[in-house]
Amino acid sequence: MDYFVELFFSGLTRGSIYALIALGYTMVYGIIGLINFAHGEIYMIGAFTALIVSTVLSIMGFPLPAIIILTALAAAIWASAYGYTVEKLAYRPLRNAPRLSPLISAIGMSMFLQNYVLLAQTPDFLPFPALIPDFAFMERFAGVIGSSDLVILITTTVIMILLTLLIKFTRTGKAMRATAQDRTMAMLVGINVDHVISVTFILGSALAAIGGMLIASHIGQINFYIGFIAGIKAFTAAVLGGIGSIPGAVLGSFILGLTESFATGYVSSDYEDVFAFSLLVLILIFRPSGLLGKATIEKV
Amino acid sequence: MLELREVCTYYGNIQALRDISLRVEEGEIITLIGANGAGKSTTLMSISGIVPPKRGEILFRGRPIHELSADRIVALGICQVPEGRHIFPDLTVAENLDMGAFLRRDRKGIARDLDYVYSLFPILRERRNQPGGNLSGGEQQMLAISRALMARPQLLLLDEPSMGLAPLVTRQIFEIIRQINREQNTTIFLVEQNANLALKVADRGYVLETGRITMHDRAGALRANRDVQRAYLGI
Ligand SMILES: Nc1ncnc2c1ncn2[C@@H]1O[C@H](COP(=O)(O)OP(=O)(O)OP(=O)(O)O)[C@@H](O)[C@H]1O
Ligand SMILES: [Mg+2]
Repeated sequence: MDYFVELFFSGLTRGSIYALIALGYTMVYGIIGLINFAHGEIYMIGAFTALIVSTVLSIMGFPLPAIIILTALAAAIWASAYGYTVEKLAYRPLRNAPRLSPLISAIGMSMFLQNYVLLAQTPDFLPFPALIPDFAFMERFAGVIGSSDLVILITTTVIMILLTLLIKFTRTGKAMRATAQDRTMAMLVGINVDHVISVTFILGSALAAIGGMLIASHIGQINFYIGFIAGIKAFTAAVLGGIGSIPGAVLGSFILGLTESFATGYVSSDYEDVFAFSLLVLILIFRPSGLLGKATIEKV
Repeated sequence: MLELREVCTYYGNIQALRDISLRVEEGEIITLIGANGAGKSTTLMSISGIVPPKRGEILFRGRPIHELSADRIVALGICQVPEGRHIFPDLTVAENLDMGAFLRRDRKGIARDLDYVYSLFPILRERRNQPGGNLSGGEQQMLAISRALMARPQLLLLDEPSMGLAPLVTRQIFEIIRQINREQNTTIFLVEQNANLALKVADRGYVLETGRITMHDRAGALRANRDVQRAYLGI
């Protein structure tokens, strides 16, 4: 039973990280209909920024809570700057081009960013310090759920709630929803669509960066390639939930995280990725619009 | 109030508007009539900055607007009810109306205008919590017009408000267009297939044929014109 609960929580932790990344895919897709293949790299850049900033801050002798908060902020801001710039340079000029062009541009951006970090940093794995200490009160749950899992779960939940409030009630959130539903009409009511698209990239990048920092601290190492696998998994989760749907991305992420966790725990960890992609294939066959995605009906 | 000077608009390499020149005076209702594909919607989209002209000028109160972005043009007071209504399907009726007032900050004024549009179309008040996508075509048209009114436009561009509506609803919508023009002193630029009806409410009219203006006159004169009668009024 303990083993089951342990797998359950480790599945939730995985799911949380997937969700933080998947939200960026799904929001961008919802607004401009593009699969932003460079999004995994933004997550990777967030993790690298976190590594550098947290190392510098701890050498300077900052207390741990300050290190965590400042690192999260720095990673989110730096990754957002990348996300914003990628959109501006690689996607905006192709806004009215055939659909395939921005997709190819996205794949190019992904490769560029990977190789840029590979050359600027190192091809090797770098150790990442554990930012989350082992809380004393968590000791009796040891073996079932760790302190860092708990922090990841809580952080993700808080972020999801804030994001939901932002999208539902703020002016920017309303503009995002309107733009996703009908871009021409959004322009006709006076929404600056370029601005909305930039905000979407910034938000998605910030979430991914925080995901990158959390998981790097949880696992303890990073390299230039972590964005690729995590990106594909999160993308799978977004498709599973229905790409373009925000609740769908969260649901898909948790289903994927739990499936992977149980499958590797009870069957074999050699097949971890096989389960994820089998799930993707099944969903594409039986429910191509995803669990919460809408079947597109053309209404005249 | 609005002036187009030799406007040419393209979709890629295809030219949709050829040297369109026209004027709209403050407080009037003008109509642009023409067959399918003549370029009526394109004219409105050029004015709104969605499909900006390649050549020519568009002046609003003497100020060039053809290089402004669409949201800046709305901010100047030019609003469009596009062809096909374009209701935000997953926003409720109330949220759709709220989007119409996106650029406004005066809460009191917004509340007053909300009451006003609900008084024009009581059905919208009843349906205010339903998703816009669930309304019938006629209700969506009422919502689309109301949403534009929520912006308090100085110039309202209407693209085929009668499309797909029953004659009774069409008459009601046209009555309200007149009312908006009179009571709110909103200038109206009406694009219509239903030339008969359009020329009845309008002060002046322009005829568009394959991207060119071929005639313009007072609405009454156009209705009496033999060519217009044969081509557009089915007489
Ligand atoms: N998005 C587009 N891409 C390419 N060509 C277009 C596009 N929209 C319109 N056109 C072309 O431009 C011309 C004018 O179209 P427009 O929609 O302005 O006509 P319209 O007068 O509004 O017609 P209708 O009465 O059918 O609405 C047509 O030849 C049309 O095929
Ligand atoms: Mg048209």
